[in-house]
Amino acid sequence: MAAISVQDLAIGFGGSAIQEHLTFQVGTGEVFLILGGSGCGKSTLLRHLIGLQAPMAGSIEIAGIGDPLDSIAGKPAFGVMFQSGALFGSMTLAQNVGLPLRRWTNLELSTIETIVRWKLRLVGLDGFENHLPSEISGGMKKRAGIARAMALETNLLFLDEPSAGLDPVSAVELDELILTLSAGLGMTIVIVTHELESIFKIGSRCIMLDKEARGIIAEGDPRVLRDDPPNFKVRTFFRRLPAGGI
Amino acid sequence: MCPPPPRSTCRAWSAWTGGAAAVLAEAWGDALRGGAAVSFQNASGEVGSILALYTERAARDCLRPPPKRESTLTQIGRETVVKLVVVKRILAFIGHMLQATGSALRNPRTLNWEGIWRLMERHGTDGAPIALLIAFLIGLITAFQASVQLAQFGADSLVADLVSLSLTRELAPLMTAIVIAGRSGASIAAEMGTMQVSEEVDALRTMGFDPYRYLVFPRLLVLMIITPLMTLLADGVGILGGLGIAVAQLDVSPLSYLLSVRNALDLWDVFGGAIKGVVFGAIVALTACERGLGTTGGAEGVGRATTSAVVAMMFYLVLADTLFAVLFNLYGV
Ligand SMILES: Nc1ncnc2c1ncn2[C@@H]1O[C@H](COP(=O)(O)OP(=O)(O)O)[C@@H](O)[C@H]1O
Ligand SMILES: [Mg+2]
Repeated sequence: MAAISVQDLAIGFGGSAIQEHLTFQVGTGEVFLILGGSGCGKSTLLRHLIGLQAPMAGSIEIAGIGDPLDSIAGKPAFGVMFQSGALFGSMTLAQNVGLPLRRWTNLELSTIETIVRWKLRLVGLDGFENHLPSEISGGMKKRAGIARAMALETNLLFLDEPSAGLDPVSAVELDELILTLSAGLGMTIVIVTHELESIFKIGSRCIMLDKEARGIIAEGDPRVLRDDPPNFKVRTFFRRLPAGGI
Repeated sequence: MCPPPPRSTCRAWSAWTGGAAAVLAEAWGDALRGGAAVSFQNASGEVGSILALYTERAARDCLRPPPKRESTLTQIGRETVVKLVVVKRILAFIGHMLQATGSALRNPRTLNWEGIWRLMERHGTDGAPIALLIAFLIGLITAFQASVQLAQFGADSLVADLVSLSLTRELAPLMTAIVIAGRSGASIAAEMGTMQVSEEVDALRTMGFDPYRYLVFPRLLVLMIITPLMTLLADGVGILGGLGIAVAQLDVSPLSYLLSVRNALDLWDVFGGAIKGVVFGAIVALTACERGLGTTGGAEGVGRATTSAVVAMMFYLVLADTLFAVLFNLYGV
């Protein structure tokens, strides 16, 4: 069964589309990758999937909640980690992660504290509970963002470039975490990325967007696409060649 | 027999730049498009490698035509549309705000009182010294000017009346609001703008928090409380400033100064000023949040939003003050 199903979606700003005719499905329990060069509209597509922006055309349906635009004000049915982490600067990491729990559960404060400590531990940030976001590095902010996205135990997660800008060790750890979440908890995880190493390690299925083509130029298992690229742009992407360099 | 291709030799070039390569590459491209077969031969070393860098990929045609000069009519039309969009945005903001206020007032227990208290401190207590110092100086200046002018008519005894009335009705509310706009308004606009561009506002929304309810409403509430309070304090401090001048310059005893103040003021003068304070506080908070949340375009956008928020606040404050003057006059307050 499809966790997310997108039909003929067009996205853009101020009446001009940056991607059109997007049709794809994300299966339940899948780690699904959205690939593409920078500026091609990956983050924008994600904003549509989580209901922050209304489509110019087409429809998005998330299993269990329907159109994400309608569900935005209620209890979150999914967790989101934004590209920059988007932690609240005036709150400590523990307060950041605890925020959705305090809003949407009736748990005792001490229970929330325990949950928060474990979530932070899961992303390798134990000990940093009382740090402010300005006091930790960019990679740590992203991991804290993931902990916050997981706080409510939803089984759908959206991550925007989780490993971009991380040091290699943290990036590998993050990939492991994603694999664990997906395998252990059966979470559906949608990831925007262009880190080749993580792509082959974690992703079972991907779509690749292209700026000029304004649409999906490839879809499927990233390893298969790498070994047998359907077109020149896909080959360029996976071989890390400069665009148009051949 | 075809003629030998024209050939140009640049043998003596030893140093050259990317700019020269660009000019050469442009000529090369033009010649290719014109159907000529042109090639570079024997370019060696640095020259060869830079030339290769510039000519290895065919240039893409410009994706967008250069910006056209618009006729006056088009400009007027476009600006009108822009203004209408702004009006629409402001109306939408007001609509959201009413909704959020309603929901907050219905469940006041769900408000983050601790956070509101912190905002009170930051925008009220921390801002009070500068606002009150300015009020004191304004009282001083007013009394000084009044004493010089009124002395010419032997009416120095009216200094207390003039100072107290102009302060409570006009100067204290407006000056306090302007100080709060410059201090708290700018900081709120920058804060909201930063949260907007760093996706924090989006994060709030995806966690089911309405930004109007959780960000704007507390700030609105706080400024609507502290602005009138600060105005009342400014009344008192300004009148004290006037007292200083009256005693030093005019040989009026402090007691008789204060008595004249008491006789000159009625409750409505002070109360009217406080009402202005409530409205001015709302204007500052709403304008700051509206501009801040409308920020686009990174760090530079935050700067732009802050500037535009402060300018807009000043304008709305003076506009509202004018309306108050008309209204108070109409109802004989
Ligand atoms: N608020 C906006 N208004 C207009 N254009 C935007 C806005 N945000 C992004 N864009 C444009 O949309 C395109 C896609 O952006 P984005 O989705 O962030 O790309 P990426 O694939 O790198 O995540 C970019 O070319 C960008 O210039
Ligand atoms: Mg992006």
